[in-house]
Amino acid sequence: MSTAVESPTNEPSFYARKGIASWLLTTDHKRIAILYLSSMMTFFLVGMTLGAFMRLEHLTMGPTIMKPTSYNALFTLHGVIMIFLFVIPGLAASFGNFFLPIMIGARDVAFPRINLLSWYLFMSGALIALSSLFTGSGPPDTGWSFYVPYSVRTGTNVTMAVLGAFTIGFSSILTGLNFITTIHRLRAKGMNWMRMPLFPWALYATSWVQVLATPILGITLLLVVLERVFHLGIFDPSIGGDPILYQHLFWTYSHPAVYIMILPAMGAISEIIPTFAHRTIFGYKAIVISSMGIAALGSLVWAHHMFTSGLSDFAIVIFSLLTFLVAIPSAIKVFNWVATLYKGSVELRPPMVYALAFIFLFSIGGLTGLFQGALAINVHVHDTYFIVGHFHYVMFGGTGFAFFAALHYWYPKMFGRMYNERAAIMAFVPIFVGFNLLYFTFLVLGLQGMPRRYYDHLPRFHAGHIWATVGSWILVTGLLLMVGNLVRGLFRKTTIPANPWGGVTLEWTVPSPPPTENFAVLPVITEPPYTFNPVAKESA
Amino acid sequence: MSVSAQPLVAEHGGEHRDYGGAKLGMWIFVFTELILFGGLFVAYGMYRAMHAHEFHKASGELNLTLGVINTVVLLTSSLSMVLSIVAIRLQRKRQSMIFLACTMLLGAVFLVNKFFEWKAKFHHGLYPGSEHLMARPPGERLFFGLYFGMTGLHGLHVTIGVVVMSVMMVFLARDRIRHDDFIKLENTGLYWHLVDVIWIFLLPLFYLAA
Amino acid sequence: MSFTMQHRAEPPHIVSYATFIKVWIALVVLTGLLVGLSLTHRPNLALLGLLVITPTKASLVFFYFMHLKYESAALKYMVAAAIGVLIIFIGLTFSDYLFR
Repeated sequence: MSTAVESPTNEPSFYARKGIASWLLTTDHKRIAILYLSSMMTFFLVGMTLGAFMRLEHLTMGPTIMKPTSYNALFTLHGVIMIFLFVIPGLAASFGNFFLPIMIGARDVAFPRINLLSWYLFMSGALIALSSLFTGSGPPDTGWSFYVPYSVRTGTNVTMAVLGAFTIGFSSILTGLNFITTIHRLRAKGMNWMRMPLFPWALYATSWVQVLATPILGITLLLVVLERVFHLGIFDPSIGGDPILYQHLFWTYSHPAVYIMILPAMGAISEIIPTFAHRTIFGYKAIVISSMGIAALGSLVWAHHMFTSGLSDFAIVIFSLLTFLVAIPSAIKVFNWVATLYKGSVELRPPMVYALAFIFLFSIGGLTGLFQGALAINVHVHDTYFIVGHFHYVMFGGTGFAFFAALHYWYPKMFGRMYNERAAIMAFVPIFVGFNLLYFTFLVLGLQGMPRRYYDHLPRFHAGHIWATVGSWILVTGLLLMVGNLVRGLFRKTTIPANPWGGVTLEWTVPSPPPTENFAVLPVITEPPYTFNPVAKESA
Repeated sequence: MSVSAQPLVAEHGGEHRDYGGAKLGMWIFVFTELILFGGLFVAYGMYRAMHAHEFHKASGELNLTLGVINTVVLLTSSLSMVLSIVAIRLQRKRQSMIFLACTMLLGAVFLVNKFFEWKAKFHHGLYPGSEHLMARPPGERLFFGLYFGMTGLHGLHVTIGVVVMSVMMVFLARDRIRHDDFIKLENTGLYWHLVDVIWIFLLPLFYLAA
Repeated sequence: MSFTMQHRAEPPHIVSYATFIKVWIALVVLTGLLVGLSLTHRPNLALLGLLVITPTKASLVFFYFMHLKYESAALKYMVAAAIGVLIIFIGLTFSDYLFR
């Protein structure tokens, strides 16, 4: 870390300029990050509510609060909103936008206006997708994966939803493009690649996946629209089209998409654990290489979503092997995070509590993923609640919890405020308990044979569904407590020092919140990252 | 200790300019376009493997002469595009504008040819969803679906390219593109050459598959 | 890698009109060759055209018209990576279709 002098505190923060226009026309990466963060949190709460309603439906057998067609629309929208509007933009669009330039010692990203365009495309895509609720024959009921032939034949408003997703994909591509250029061109003097912290490295790997995988989604969704509108006939089996080709194209993006979701999350965890263990990360180089390795290998495994679809025997063996290989770099990271704790001075502050929970929950998710990679097991668990449990463990227990950890970690820096730490830990407890009650039960239900995307269930699954629904209530309670605590903190007028946690990356050398230009004087880097000298932590 | 170290980003009338960064950004955009069309190439590859004979037969119905003419048209437009960039770097503004105008003209010629080609097909009842097409064997229907999809998407990109070039023409005229600040034109060139490369692959895949 | 990019902040040297015209001639000749091979109606020759001549034409456009020859090693690696990813997508998908 450089020994940069703190900027004088008489410089106004980036919030200084007032007025709606100054926000809606901003090119300041920090404001754009806040725009993303607030919209994404809103979408998260909407998606969460949809999920809660799905669980309510399973409280009794037979119809409880909705018709079967409504349930289909619910799980489609829950997936579309959570995936495209929360987890994929994820930590990159929010914390990445805010902190990437600061952590590499820059004043902004390479293309600030394109950054704003990214947010507008994101919001436009969201509006277009949500318009499917109120136009045509109502919201799509195909599942978020829009499988053909149903998606080209159903009367529901698939076209709008898909065009919305297309627009959001374009937003993601532009962000990736922006971040790659930023990292190549705007690193501070002395910050060579091996001195860059791990969150920027994670964003770099993620950006390449965004740039090289998302266009496949673009063309696939475009083909669905062309098929619905112009009857182009690429996927229609009645004219010789192959629905499995759609699945290939769809998953060629959507599997790398899960690495878009998890890599920035892992990057944030790699920042938080050293700070609260007060020692350097174990195996910096291994984490760098494994990040790039996950990005590369993760782009080669997509057909493991299709083992039961009718692929050739040769293909499924290849994809199964590749799937096992991609677990290795992820495991390396888990080992390194845990090893960082060894002989560290561990402080269980809220960000650290969420980060440790991440390691536990992500490991369960990752391991259950491995089981599915085995062909013989896959036949039994595909399209069951086991899969649903698995991906909620990795996407929610993984990315979600990392998002909460990052939110609690970077909150004082972003807002110049502080939340109540005891309340944060108290909210964590029902979140953790409810989460496991809900999703571990799903794993069990899946092994017992409960199929996914079914609006009803057989009597033998009933007890499990009740446990899971109660779990969802506890989880939602915790989430609302967490959000409430964080919002309340915004209104408590305090001043926050530049470095409340004792972190050693560049964002902790600028005021909380930072001034518009980030640094009064751009830093020069002279040390490796995560160098913990006995530096006095500032108290509020 | 702390030094304002930005040796690569030249101040230019108050704004920060980064030639290398702007070029890198455009190249990354080029990658995304390659993959976008690449998805269609995946579809083409698989369906051709499944219906080799019918693809072969359907390809014979395309107008090879027009295809070759369009290829030469685009190759020549690529030449005039890059010459336009060289010209402005040599401070030959008028020549640069003439070359750019040639590029736009050739792009328009390409689109006109495409228009007539498609018109002829429609006239024969060959368009997506037509009864005539539905009566054909699956392989031929897939060939034409891919043909309209891929050349259509390509044609859209040609159109966008010509529009962008007209904006560049205005910039050239008003000296917002100069010998010492020409990245906008160069990036336009990168886009246009990509459009050319896509067509270089479309030619054999569709017109020479017979 | 970063320092290479930094040193390439300045525009590369100006290539002459003549070079580009020669590349254009090569492209037109190759196109003619490609069409000629296809018109022989011998599928192996046509395949040769597709697999050899077409990538050669594309390479000429990349290296000369798009200036890749004169760009940094980093950018060349990136182009290779993007094209490599596309080839892998096509190849792995073929692992399904060719063996059904």
